[in-house]
Amino acid sequence: MSYRYTLGQENYLFKDLKDLLAKASPLRSGDELAGIAAQNNTQRIAAQYALSELPLSTFLNEVLISVEKDEVSRLISDSHDKELFRSVAHFTVGGLRDWLLSNEATGEKINKMKMAFTPEMISAVSKLMRNQDLISVASKIQVISQFRNTLGLKGHLAIRLQPNHPVDDPKGILASTIDGLLYGCGDAVIGINPATDSPEMARKLLWLLEDLRTKYEIPTQSCVLCHVTTAMEIIKETPVDLVFQSIAGSQAANESFGINLNILSEAYEAAKDLERGTVGNQVMYFETGQGSALSANAHHGIDQQTMEVRAYAVARKFDPFLVNSVVGFIGPEYLFDGKQITRAGLEDHFCGKMMGLPMGVDVCYTNHAEADQDDMDNLMTLLGVAGCNFFMGVPGTDDIMLNYQSTSFHDALYLRNVLSKRPAPEFELWLQKMGIIDERGVKIDSQAARKLLNAI
Amino acid sequence: MKQDLKLTDAWRRLKEFTNARIGLGSIGNAMPLEEVLALKLAHAKAKDAIYTELDTEDLKKRITEGLNLEVFEFRSKVKDRNQYLVRPDFGKRLGISNSRQIYPPSDILFVITDGLSASAVNNNALEVLNILVPEIRDQFTLSAALVEQGRVAIGDEVAELFNAKFVAVFIGERPGLSSPESMGIYTTFNPRSGFTDEKRNCISNIHQNGLKDFQAALILKFLIIQSFHLKMSGVGLKVDLKSLIS
Repeated sequence: MSYRYTLGQENYLFKDLKDLLAKASPLRSGDELAGIAAQNNTQRIAAQYALSELPLSTFLNEVLISVEKDEVSRLISDSHDKELFRSVAHFTVGGLRDWLLSNEATGEKINKMKMAFTPEMISAVSKLMRNQDLISVASKIQVISQFRNTLGLKGHLAIRLQPNHPVDDPKGILASTIDGLLYGCGDAVIGINPATDSPEMARKLLWLLEDLRTKYEIPTQSCVLCHVTTAMEIIKETPVDLVFQSIAGSQAANESFGINLNILSEAYEAAKDLERGTVGNQVMYFETGQGSALSANAHHGIDQQTMEVRAYAVARKFDPFLVNSVVGFIGPEYLFDGKQITRAGLEDHFCGKMMGLPMGVDVCYTNHAEADQDDMDNLMTLLGVAGCNFFMGVPGTDDIMLNYQSTSFHDALYLRNVLSKRPAPEFELWLQKMGIIDERGVKIDSQAARKLLNAI
Repeated sequence: MKQDLKLTDAWRRLKEFTNARIGLGSIGNAMPLEEVLALKLAHAKAKDAIYTELDTEDLKKRITEGLNLEVFEFRSKVKDRNQYLVRPDFGKRLGISNSRQIYPPSDILFVITDGLSASAVNNNALEVLNILVPEIRDQFTLSAALVEQGRVAIGDEVAELFNAKFVAVFIGERPGLSSPESMGIYTTFNPRSGFTDEKRNCISNIHQNGLKDFQAALILKFLIIQSFHLKMSGVGLKVDLKSLIS
């Protein structure tokens, strides 16, 4: 079905719902690359007007990718709570925006409605929201997840310690890990991206982290971010806490990652059965990012932000402990500069929280994007205010394996300080016990260093 | 007021184990100024690496004279570096049609392309090939191609021209701060245009402080032998590193 809107003397025609969503999207290079972006600024605003008047039920009647062709669409359709939807069925997209911003819509209320919304509805409403609105609504929603500690509580901010090394050298990885722990990082997870995806390497690195964690009784979880099928190969005889996988918003895009919903289900069940968590047993760690579907040529003509939110439907099925949008990693062909990366990071965090996910963001950029550390300072501060569950902690921002810049251990100190946030409660107690931070959360130079140095 | 406000990290000696920026010390919550400036300088160098060019004359000479392999030159649809950055689709496709020319059928085709750091392949590609080629040339027929302004997937299209059973794409990776010259190798068995990443195996981080040339050659040889043996490449093919590098 096509959509029309008249602005003054000008008539605008959008050929279908996909087209309307794409044209209403704030400008980004990925939608231009796909040839679906608005042709000019006025057309974009016309699309936003048209979108604002659309009843939410439109998204139930006009599916973007047919359920026959795509298992993600099937999942979205099957998991939509039609009963719950009745209470929001009267909303237009614009009406939903207003309700979300109203004082009546508390975080609890929004969270209770999460299964009433499809990813497409959430994507649509985000397109009508300014950055401020995305922060304002997201900051109301608390999504808590648990494994060996508790993440997502208001007033807390967790960090994934990311001690990558270009040849997976165990001592190199340990050195970065110890550095990070001594800066108070590692409560979200100690997660290594292996340079080479092999069962042997994953096994070796998982035992390395397991030995460190048990020796110092660190209340956190570890993960080697290998392919889900690699994790499955070793899960029986290796200490696997969290199972990692990159996911996307269509079946074809997931196939390009070598996965499908069945594979994820098997991994989810297998990891849950290990019962390695202490305060909870949420075992999945997913990463996403706008543009991944387009880069696999599996976007079905849909704008990259809507595809991203569809990926969250995949994540939501498996009750994850961590979901992380690696927002600036994909490069300038999808998010050209600091402005586009900032917008996308705020959208992803908002949409993830609306879907009920424990969202973190890898605030990052590559050297071929038009961005620098100042842009990252801005985005991490904005996301901190928005209540983002976790960020990355990379030594000096510089990931020497993945070749990009993320947030640093120092950034964690900065954010916790200016926003008055604390680490995950269980982890904070450990940091204090070790003498790494004091009761005010301030880093102290201490004996802790000497103790941890014995690990290497 | 104190003169030196920097708090040094007592664990600085850990720096000997990694090139990661650890033990930096701090001023309040911030990085010390010398570390901030060092980071900015590295970023500037990495940005500059993106604009280096494939040294086709030198590479051609070293492949034909040093390795005695035939070399063919190609160019993607990309017109310049700035377009390369925003149009990855152009970087995956060959520019002018080369279909009329006859290319020698080859078991294995080595594709060398600039990617995001031409200096990475200028400095590392031949080092790997010099080790690998003598070890496999009796078993396989080999050819080489140089591609300007290319992305990984262009290897599949070039390989089709050679009817190659296996393609290894040597490409400059995104320049990192500590490694503006990092090379990756992507391999595909039975390459066809339109293949996506799950069909490929990858060896990454080949540079001075990363994976060494001889290690990359060893893994590449393993991937070649396994791919021809199992008639596959990609996520289904796991690299048994323990038996390879110790």
